[in-house]
Amino acid sequence: MTVLTTPAGSRQDAGTKPPPPVPWRQMLWVTWRQHRGLLIGVLAAFIAAVAGLLTEGLRIRHDYAALTACHPAASPACVQLSNFFGSTDWHVGNGVRAALLAAPVLLAMFAGPPVIARELENSTFRYAWTQGIGRARWTITKLTLLGSVLTITALLISQLFTWFFAPFVPYENLAVLTGAVFITRGVAYAAWTLTAFCLGAFLGALVRRTIPAMAITLGAYLALAGVAWLYLRPHYPLRTFWPMQVFEAGWLLALSAGLAAGTVWLVRRRAA
Amino acid sequence: MTVLTMPAQPAQDVTPRPVPWQRMIWVTWRQHRAMLISLTAVLGAVAIFLFAMGLWVHHNFSVLMACAAATPNDCGALNQSFNNTDWTTANTLLILMNLAPALIGAFTGPAVMARELETGTFRYAWTQGIGRVRWAIAKLVLLGVVIAVLTWAFSQIFEWFFAPFLQQQNTLTVLSKTVFDTRGIAFAAWCLAAFAIGAFLGMLLRRAIGAMAATLGVYLGLQLVTWLFLTKHYPVSVVTSNASLFTGGVSSSLNGLPSTAPDNSPWVLATWNVGHTSWWRYIPVSRFWPMQFIEAGWLLVLAVVLGAATVWLVRRRAA
Amino acid sequence: MNVIETRGLGKRYGNAWALRDCTLAIPEGHLVGLVGPNGAGKSTLMNLLAGLSVPTAGTVTVLGGRPAGSPAALDGIAFMAQDAPLYKHFSAGDMIHLTRNLNRQFDEAYARQRLDGLGIPLKKTSGKLSGGQQAQLALTLALARRPRMLILDEPLAALDPLAREDFMTTVMTAMTDNGVSVLLSSHALAELERIADYLIVLGAGEVRIAGEADDLVDSHQVLSGPAAAADAYAARLAVVQDRRAAAQAHLLVRSSDQPVPPGWEAHPVSLEELVMAYLRAPGAIGKQQPARIEQAEAAR
Repeated sequence: MTVLTTPAGSRQDAGTKPPPPVPWRQMLWVTWRQHRGLLIGVLAAFIAAVAGLLTEGLRIRHDYAALTACHPAASPACVQLSNFFGSTDWHVGNGVRAALLAAPVLLAMFAGPPVIARELENSTFRYAWTQGIGRARWTITKLTLLGSVLTITALLISQLFTWFFAPFVPYENLAVLTGAVFITRGVAYAAWTLTAFCLGAFLGALVRRTIPAMAITLGAYLALAGVAWLYLRPHYPLRTFWPMQVFEAGWLLALSAGLAAGTVWLVRRRAA
Repeated sequence: MTVLTMPAQPAQDVTPRPVPWQRMIWVTWRQHRAMLISLTAVLGAVAIFLFAMGLWVHHNFSVLMACAAATPNDCGALNQSFNNTDWTTANTLLILMNLAPALIGAFTGPAVMARELETGTFRYAWTQGIGRVRWAIAKLVLLGVVIAVLTWAFSQIFEWFFAPFLQQQNTLTVLSKTVFDTRGIAFAAWCLAAFAIGAFLGMLLRRAIGAMAATLGVYLGLQLVTWLFLTKHYPVSVVTSNASLFTGGVSSSLNGLPSTAPDNSPWVLATWNVGHTSWWRYIPVSRFWPMQFIEAGWLLVLAVVLGAATVWLVRRRAA
Repeated sequence: MNVIETRGLGKRYGNAWALRDCTLAIPEGHLVGLVGPNGAGKSTLMNLLAGLSVPTAGTVTVLGGRPAGSPAALDGIAFMAQDAPLYKHFSAGDMIHLTRNLNRQFDEAYARQRLDGLGIPLKKTSGKLSGGQQAQLALTLALARRPRMLILDEPLAALDPLAREDFMTTVMTAMTDNGVSVLLSSHALAELERIADYLIVLGAGEVRIAGEADDLVDSHQVLSGPAAAADAYAARLAVVQDRRAAAQAHLLVRSSDQPVPPGWEAHPVSLEELVMAYLRAPGAIGKQQPARIEQAEAAR
């Protein structure tokens, strides 16, 4: 049997010099391994979304181009094109938009709460929070890594969706300031996704049990989205697209940061 | 030393009397108290909201109908405002109502079975006198019944709430996909099926959160398949060459005016011509209840099959 | 250097004090046994030392003045909680990887080699390992962190005798080879008696007595004599336990320097008897102990 020996600690390092902190990048593997299911699911959804949006988007643009180029507009051939675009293509576009709107809601439920709540429920925090890295850095790194992945994915998808949905805006006479269109483009969609995640993580740390936290987060996120839609957005100080986008992303980012800080505070405070 | 001896009673001693089913009522209640209370609270809160909003909507609608009866041509603005405010909210609620069974199933099904496995408490529950099979059957049946009753009551309130819009919106009938599943016994049947899907997936996957996500996916897939393919083929359709049923329709409103009678336009499935006659295959609105029974029927069968499969998994699973 | 120093440490949950007035000063290099019945406050004390909870009263420092729970403390202490919590869906290989990433230093080669030697498969999910294997895995992870101190909360409770033997051999080897101090709790005194060279006796949230095992035994004796005279002497001596059997009285007293009264006999006391006596006695006696023991050491 081989035995490794390290010299026993001597009196000189009796607490005078703090040990170097555990490097942040070591948490990369930890976060990946513990949230593999979520990350793989998000990746799969992203790939499916990109594929779907590209193929259907090209087809819809083609249909729309044919429709706009068709003259005279009242001829049976053009009416048929119009009907097709108005029914099938519109259903596809609307359906994709509904799916896009549902995604942050699902993330609020599934991504955020387990981060802290699952650790508490299974008592594995007794292992995780007594490791050298310490519970604060553990929490901050996880929230940052997961939050970044989700936000960047959402940003990319919303840009692709903007391209995909473009033909329907003039067709249905929609304004980009219309709620249902506004939140799927620009930076608003990514900001809502980040908020959904941070809200879930915070409520998970507060409620400490995963499934109840999922239900509460669902309700809280829907309530927040509803309030923003009905009462906040109509009263923004700015009324053009990009300023409104930046304003909305701004307060959502501040809220997310507050929720994340709140999560870290709850983790720190939690006594066994 | 005193020794007591009792004569052996073969039949009684070898096969103990089974634990009565009623015991499981208290067990199920106590274990899933939080879930049942939460479900009732959420449905109750929304029901109160629907009731309050519904009174307001019904009032607005009766004003609209009074206007339509008195001066039909001057009610365009009133119709428009009813559309913009009341209908917008009601439409959102309609969409949420269609999504509700998926969420109910996701939050109730896996919690019953998967949690037991994840926390290891099945090692206690399945070694009690009642035995794991009776335990599982009793839980699934008791919770299934409670969920079906609660959701049926809830759908009745929604039905009352939504009634004015069926008349005011000229594209909606009780057979419209998004409406059909929120009334009658269909809503409760969908919720029951969602619960059964959740319990089965929970037992299969053995992990609560994963089972919740899977339940949402499976339910939505099932609902889409039903909407796109199944409903059309219910054996309630009628074939006719009577064109008068399909002209204009009682409910088509001109110039955005409200109709004064409920919408009864039939659902046309197919149309073809034979020689000079046109034929239609359609489902009349009067077939609403037969369709409800068919849909609730197969959903109930699905729920029972999934329940049996869940019990079979319980039996099979080595601790 | 004192690996553990507490002053007036207390922890309250709601209205009940799980631990109170705990003052300890434990030097390094010992295997400290924390013994007491269920509910005595052992886990509470360990959670405070590991930084999992914060005191309601008093202070706690570890490894020569580092505040419990601080990064410096977390770096030097490896804690193994009750029921060896591991991520049930992680394999042993995953747990090694995880622990390596969560710490500044980790001896991965040692961990793998040890698991190999114990026959614990690296790819099986830890939830499927036996209780003994899970405990050994958790211990391996703790030891591979090369800590200055190991804190083990009832690690032997779920283990069979063979697994216990393996476990304790590993712990003792780590102590002698790597100079690790160990704090281990148990409610089975018999096994602690064999291995621990420093003892803390906890009863109803209070330290009844604490000190090096040899000192504890040497500083107590049982005086046996006529029951009639016992009451008079009991008032004068520091009596831990007063046992009467017919006309005889057996007084367990705390002092080895007192002259034996005429007509009385003095017997040495075993560690087990001593611990049982202190657990049964009301708490007042124990509080004075640390001072007396320190005096005994200072006089040395």
